[in-house]
Amino acid sequence: MAIEDDVLVIGGGLAGATAALAAADKRMQVRLVSYKQSTLRHASGLIDVLGYTPAGDGPLVDPFDALADLPEGHPYERVGLEAVREALSFFDEIAGDTYDGGHTDANALVPTHGGTVKPTARYPVSTAAGLASDDRDTLLVGFETLPDFEAPLAASHLEAAGAPFAARGVTVRFPGIVRDDAKVTRYAHLLDQDEAVETTAGETTAREALADIVRSQIEDEARVGFPAILGDDHANAVRADLSDRLGVDVFEVPMGPPSLPGLRLEDLLYDALEDAGVRVTTGVPVVEYETDTDRRIDHVVVDRNGTEIPHRAEQYVLATGGLVGKGVRSERKRVFEPIFDCHVPHAADRYDWFVDDVFGDQPYARFGLPVDRELRPLDTGDEPEFSNLRAAGAVLGGYDFAAEKSGSGVSLATGYVAGQRAGTEAGR
Amino acid sequence: MWLSVVASEGMARDTEVLVLGGGSTGCGIARDLAMRGLEVTLVERGNLTDGTTGRMHGLLHSGGRYAVSDQASATECIEENEILREIAGHCVEETGGLFVQRPEDSDDYFRQKLEGCRECGIPARVLSGSEAREVEPYLADDIKRAIEVPDGAVDPFRLCVANAIDAETYGARIETHAEVIDLLRDGDDIYGVEVRHDSGPGKRTHATSGTTEEITAEYVVNATGAWAGQIGAMADLEVEVRPSKGVMTIMNVRQVDTVINRCHPKGDADIIVPHETTAILGTTDEEVDDPDDYPEEQWEVDQMIDTLSELVPILEEARTIRSFWGVRPLYEPPGTGTQDPTDITRDFFLLDHADRDGVTGMSSIVGGKFTTYRMMAEDIADHVCEKLGVTATCATADEPLPGSENIATLEAGMDDFGLRSPVARRSKQRLGSRASEVLETDEPNPVICQCEGVTRAEIKDAITQSGTDLNAVRIRTRASMGNCQGGFCCQTMANELHPEYDEEMVREALDELFQERWKGERHALWGEQLSQAMLNYALHATTMNRDHDPASATSTVDFAAFDDGRAERDRIDGIRGGR
Repeated sequence: MAIEDDVLVIGGGLAGATAALAAADKRMQVRLVSYKQSTLRHASGLIDVLGYTPAGDGPLVDPFDALADLPEGHPYERVGLEAVREALSFFDEIAGDTYDGGHTDANALVPTHGGTVKPTARYPVSTAAGLASDDRDTLLVGFETLPDFEAPLAASHLEAAGAPFAARGVTVRFPGIVRDDAKVTRYAHLLDQDEAVETTAGETTAREALADIVRSQIEDEARVGFPAILGDDHANAVRADLSDRLGVDVFEVPMGPPSLPGLRLEDLLYDALEDAGVRVTTGVPVVEYETDTDRRIDHVVVDRNGTEIPHRAEQYVLATGGLVGKGVRSERKRVFEPIFDCHVPHAADRYDWFVDDVFGDQPYARFGLPVDRELRPLDTGDEPEFSNLRAAGAVLGGYDFAAEKSGSGVSLATGYVAGQRAGTEAGR
Repeated sequence: MWLSVVASEGMARDTEVLVLGGGSTGCGIARDLAMRGLEVTLVERGNLTDGTTGRMHGLLHSGGRYAVSDQASATECIEENEILREIAGHCVEETGGLFVQRPEDSDDYFRQKLEGCRECGIPARVLSGSEAREVEPYLADDIKRAIEVPDGAVDPFRLCVANAIDAETYGARIETHAEVIDLLRDGDDIYGVEVRHDSGPGKRTHATSGTTEEITAEYVVNATGAWAGQIGAMADLEVEVRPSKGVMTIMNVRQVDTVINRCHPKGDADIIVPHETTAILGTTDEEVDDPDDYPEEQWEVDQMIDTLSELVPILEEARTIRSFWGVRPLYEPPGTGTQDPTDITRDFFLLDHADRDGVTGMSSIVGGKFTTYRMMAEDIADHVCEKLGVTATCATADEPLPGSENIATLEAGMDDFGLRSPVARRSKQRLGSRASEVLETDEPNPVICQCEGVTRAEIKDAITQSGTDLNAVRIRTRASMGNCQGGFCCQTMANELHPEYDEEMVREALDELFQERWKGERHALWGEQLSQAMLNYALHATTMNRDHDPASATSTVDFAAFDDGRAERDRIDGIRGGR
């Protein structure tokens, strides 16, 4: 017996979750299956839409101005400008007060842990007080045992980038961390639970001890930034508590993997999926598919701990990610999409997959599926591979999300459109 | 003190012996001569090991490879192999090696190989196919049998640097980033070189970048290997070096713990060398015109995997990290006329230009191989001493290299260093006898490079020696050389430069390292490694926006035009009643 749903979404990252939520919004029965850990844990948690044009112009103050001029085949061009706006509103509703930036079309500039600034349309509320486009003087605090964030260097870098404020960095020891290689989640939990810690002044709590160390470092800065380890489940409370104790605004600087803001975004999405009644199964790969008529998927086969279980749906959304998420794979002589073997355009010679400058115009960064305006993957003859399969997110080709800073926006917009269309079609 | 006889000609010379080239041979010569009490200066165009030494497969030959075709070389190899295990134990991993025979490989050649090993004094033992697979479980099922020999893995970077440091201890001047732009020739005598200084990293005092310097010497040794012809040409001397390129492909894990050679007469892609946490596949052999500019070709990488999978089938599906190419300094006397570079002897040649060309003051050293670098250095040092009338004898075979003493003490005390033991053990191997000095720190010592387990203390130590040259830090520590190819740790390595070096210098150092890592990674861009490359690109471009860093851009950013979050904050403050 096959498991039956109206819409089956394959992939559990930002695009897949958004697609499932958008389909559920159409009152459809939706299931989401995912195999690998989502790449959200690698991501900064920022929702960028478009920071630079494909030609490299930017940082763009208003991403929407540039969205109208994108080349044919770019995912944004496929879905259209209005869909991008709708998708962002959809996200704003899901995110509620956990994200900021929806009050304006303008991008914000967020300091990165390397000390540069990055244009983004939405940002976690934990970073809101730290925007580099805000002119208040800033103290950055790093920790001796967190080598990814060298606060004094990041502060100098921000000044070199022309940030409109004085930035200063200090490095301190994090109270209660005894191992030099503690994971970032250990820092977050210490603060979440406000655990008891030993200091030279006797036993105290983690938040108080941290505030005590930082307080004496503040000169006349109006805000203090920490690497993004300020709590996990109770991040707002941790930040508010530190802010009260220090008497200044407190913010987080987004970090590399494993990224707590990325993990918090994942939690937010999965809570929303649960609220929307989406059935979620993780850790299960799709291993096969069957078509009924020649261009329609009848069902897919999911491997659940060695048992092959058919899943049938009216409509399918493929949101398995790009090269990083393994929705697009490669061998020495070919690039391919591993589940449905959808067409992935690429040069025959793999030495044409890259250019010599690491930050140059990299062909490999654009690997992915070409789609029609319905987001259906196209075969080599520009015909839809299947009538009831849509693709969303990084599995799509024709854009370089890293250069454009468009990864989250494309996942949201295409996930939203694919999910909505799938939901509408399934309801017919 | 030894008195210069030649200086009595009236010209004061800057140094007695000037060695050109900072590879294993040059550094070996510098150490040998300095230990004999001579005043030595070594100049190197780039950094130590930049040429062929830093671009080899890391095989410490037992000599087995040459036991049929070139028994003189084979005998030298086993002798030097044994010496290096003594004087540089911390740079050598005694992996052992196997010459494996496939069903289609000749029985007769197998027998010749075995006899050849025995004739050259190379310990050799025959293993059946199943015995060989007990040693190396991933060997192909149809491997017939194998000859076990004492091949090893050697770290050419540490070995070369150890020679240089020791030479300095004995008073040598080691001048890196100093490119020879001219040989100083007066009539039929070469009396020095002119170098152009480049900005050099680290605490070393370098001359101002772009300035030139004439360095005069009693005697010049051209130890520039594949570049020896270019040096010779500066004084109208012909040195018939035949540079031959070879590819090395690095795997993400160590599929084998023993050096695996194919037991056949000759061929490309017939060796696998386990090396720290990786295995290196080698190699090709193609003559090139210019050792600085030659094609790095896809077929070479494909051949490594396709051919060596016949010996170790899992290589077909395994993940490669990157590939790099090196250039052998092959040489054969004029008129030999060998067509195929694989047939050119691996023996070395000392060319005294006085005898050959009637030009005094310089010899060139060409050919040879890494394993016998010390013996070559000894021969050349003997030759130089004879020229200069010095009677001191060689001591390099008996004196341990820096870092090799106290290994036993360190092994016993390793668990006390405040590091988890696998890390400590690897750090110890890298640092030799300096381990406690570097690792016993009261400061927090987090791991900077997760793939290779390199800690902050090691990075800091390498920085004190190499400064902002993060590629040199990488070579000293192996940081950024694992699976992620620096995607995760390039930036953290650069962070350690601050505050000693300012923000701009750190930024430049990071850009340089990241670009360099990409350079080798490109040749392994498929499968897992392409996925990794995209992740690395995303981390550096998406998360950090390093590709559009306003600090490095020419135009300025109008920060005031962007969302400053204030409206939102004011709204929230309004709702929450302010703070």
